Amino acid sequence: MELSLSSTDLAFRQEVRDFIRAKLPVDIQSKVEHRQRLVKEDYVRWQKILYKKGWIAPGWPLEHGGTGWTPLQRHLFEEELAAASAPRIMPFGLSMVAPVIMAFGSAVQKEHYLPRILSSENWWCQGYSEPGSGSDLASLATKAAPDGNDYIVTGQKTWTTLAQYADMIFCLVRTSTEGKPQEGISFLLIDMRSPGIEVHPIRTVDGGTEINDVFFDNVRVPQANRIGEENKGWTYAKYLLGHERTGIAAVGRSKQELRQLKAIARSEPVGEGSLAEDDIFAGKVADLEIEILALESLVLRIVADETAGRAPGPEASILKIRGTEIQQRLSELALEAIGYYANPYIAEAREAGWNEAPIGPEHATNIAPHYFNWRKASIYGGTNEIQKNIIAKMVLGL
Amino acid sequence: MNFSLNDEQMLFKESVENFVAKEFPSDQRRFLNESEEGFSRDHWACFAELGWLGLSIAEQNGGLGGSALDLALLMEGFGRGLAPSPYLASVVLGGEVVERAGSSEQKAAILPALVAGEMLLAFAYAEQGGRYDLARIQVRAEKKEQSWLLYGQKSVVFYAQSADKLIVSAAAAEGISLFLLDSGASGLKLRSYPTIDGLRAAEVILDGASAQPLGAPGEALPVIQSAVDRATIAVCAEALGIMNALIEMTLAYVAERKQFGTAIGKFQVLQHALVDMYMAQELSKSLTYRAAAALAAEDSGTSALAASAAKVQIGKAGRLIGQQAVQLHGGMGMTDEFAIGHYFKRLAMIETLFGDTDHHRRRFASLARE
Repeated sequence: MELSLSSTDLAFRQEVRDFIRAKLPVDIQSKVEHRQRLVKEDYVRWQKILYKKGWIAPGWPLEHGGTGWTPLQRHLFEEELAAASAPRIMPFGLSMVAPVIMAFGSAVQKEHYLPRILSSENWWCQGYSEPGSGSDLASLATKAAPDGNDYIVTGQKTWTTLAQYADMIFCLVRTSTEGKPQEGISFLLIDMRSPGIEVHPIRTVDGGTEINDVFFDNVRVPQANRIGEENKGWTYAKYLLGHERTGIAAVGRSKQELRQLKAIARSEPVGEGSLAEDDIFAGKVADLEIEILALESLVLRIVADETAGRAPGPEASILKIRGTEIQQRLSELALEAIGYYANPYIAEAREAGWNEAPIGPEHATNIAPHYFNWRKASIYGGTNEIQKNIIAKMVLGL
Repeated sequence: MNFSLNDEQMLFKESVENFVAKEFPSDQRRFLNESEEGFSRDHWACFAELGWLGLSIAEQNGGLGGSALDLALLMEGFGRGLAPSPYLASVVLGGEVVERAGSSEQKAAILPALVAGEMLLAFAYAEQGGRYDLARIQVRAEKKEQSWLLYGQKSVVFYAQSADKLIVSAAAAEGISLFLLDSGASGLKLRSYPTIDGLRAAEVILDGASAQPLGAPGEALPVIQSAVDRATIAVCAEALGIMNALIEMTLAYVAERKQFGTAIGKFQVLQHALVDMYMAQELSKSLTYRAAAALAAEDSGTSALAASAAKVQIGKAGRLIGQQAVQLHGGMGMTDEFAIGHYFKRLAMIETLFGDTDHHRRRFASLARE
């Protein structure tokens, strides 16, 4: 057990820090800091900068364009990105579909898709959930019927994040109704420009439209776009879930938000002092900070296990549960901290370039929309209740 | 940076757990709880032989010079088997205070004997009026010619009645000071009692008890604070072992207990309760090891913060796990016959030691305020 970084890792961290300071565009950084909406161009511009440096896919094997970093260095990299208010790297291509293509895709698929994912030339989205299939994902009904060398896909996907930007969607579709529901699912890569696809935005409680319904009306998809074997899609989807789990805790981002929360508390007056000096509020912040420390310690334990060659198992579901609980608690305390100024809602303030005087203190802008928006965190990626089912079954043997 | 145990530490942990499982089965524990001293001198001699009594004592004082993390692993093993002994009182607290404050003569007279299992110490630092504030001391120390006399009362001094020497914190004209008393000192009286979790403790009544100073008068507070921080992490580690045992016993129980025609572990509401317990345990373990490593790195700023963080985490996780373990055992969890209740009581009493959750939350908040 060693708490301090080696000189190699310290130098590595400094290199990452210097690079981000020099290359992260100020306008993008400011949007992240002020919780404004990022558009496709923002994400892609930053990702291409990382791509040029060779740092866009630290989790990938070297031969496909990874970095060859240790698990600890990957962790440090994520921490530095978060601390610098860099936008999150979109996971759908780089850390969701790419590992599946690498593990189960054909040579042609690898050669075609992986470089385009790496360079951010293609934006991906995920077609899993359906109106009738949320936690019970295996009940999905979007149908892919064989037709010559193609499939004809008909059905509806929903909650599809940033589908409006996507060039490609990876989908779970039903190719058989025989046997168990899990055994009739295939994994398809579908071009979003295919005739018959329509994307309809869904407005969420915070006023945003980052999620969508995606409709498929007799969409023709080459069978060559299927990953692996027909009806084996469930296996591939489960493999995807087991990938890149430590990042899911988002400890770096939570530490950054905690710093912001403390700054807000220091500037909110209570009595003769500030909210930061208020015993009850300070106690809540202390509890949260301790929870973040505990989660970070667990992440570092898992990182150490990975370094020793022990891949994280289903206990990584803890990271999703605790990580999102902490993020939600942060958003809750920020909302508490700003008091009355949670109320004003200026839709335009979420967009870059809004330069009117803020209503109330500047730090109050977009806190409430973030609170409402972030209720999604305990729902997406398998609800926290589903994560508990996984731990109960896979770890506790119940 | 590396947050895992090395091979040597894993082996040590396993050997402690095996020893404790063999030596402290529940009937033995029950027997010890009802015995005169509440622990076995034979076990104590065994601990000495195994080197455990010198684990955290420096090599030049006859110990093994182990780290705070080694100590944590030993305490975790004690917790898993709920092994009663004066280890915390005598070695963790007493040994640390003598090492940090004692003169070379005092160290030579005490530490080798402590390590050999021939001498027991107890540390009287708490008072009724001070709650968890180590500096709020009413016991007075007065200098009379060449000797010192102590007046006042100390609270809940663990294993005082078995100790050969008592270490007492007192207010002298110079400030907060530490004193060493022989168990037979005149003017020293003990009111001994069993604790609710089966240990032994005493109220220590000092009525002109003669004592010798341990370290320079007036300079004791940092020593007391550091011993208490070290002991805080030690009981956090003991709590880890207890939590682990409670979760294992509860998992076994819900797999075996049948109601409505099925094992109750098949019910989702109970499964989620167990997952919550398991998560609390994993987070507690990570943070406690981290706090132990911070202490071993001797960075007083981060180690005080980490000790308080661990105590808060353990306090909250301990309540959740202890209370839920009883709940999931139903009526059986309420019986004295089942081990569950015994583990639950020890876990609950750990929360009261060295500052409870609220105390450490407050301390953490003031240390972490930027």
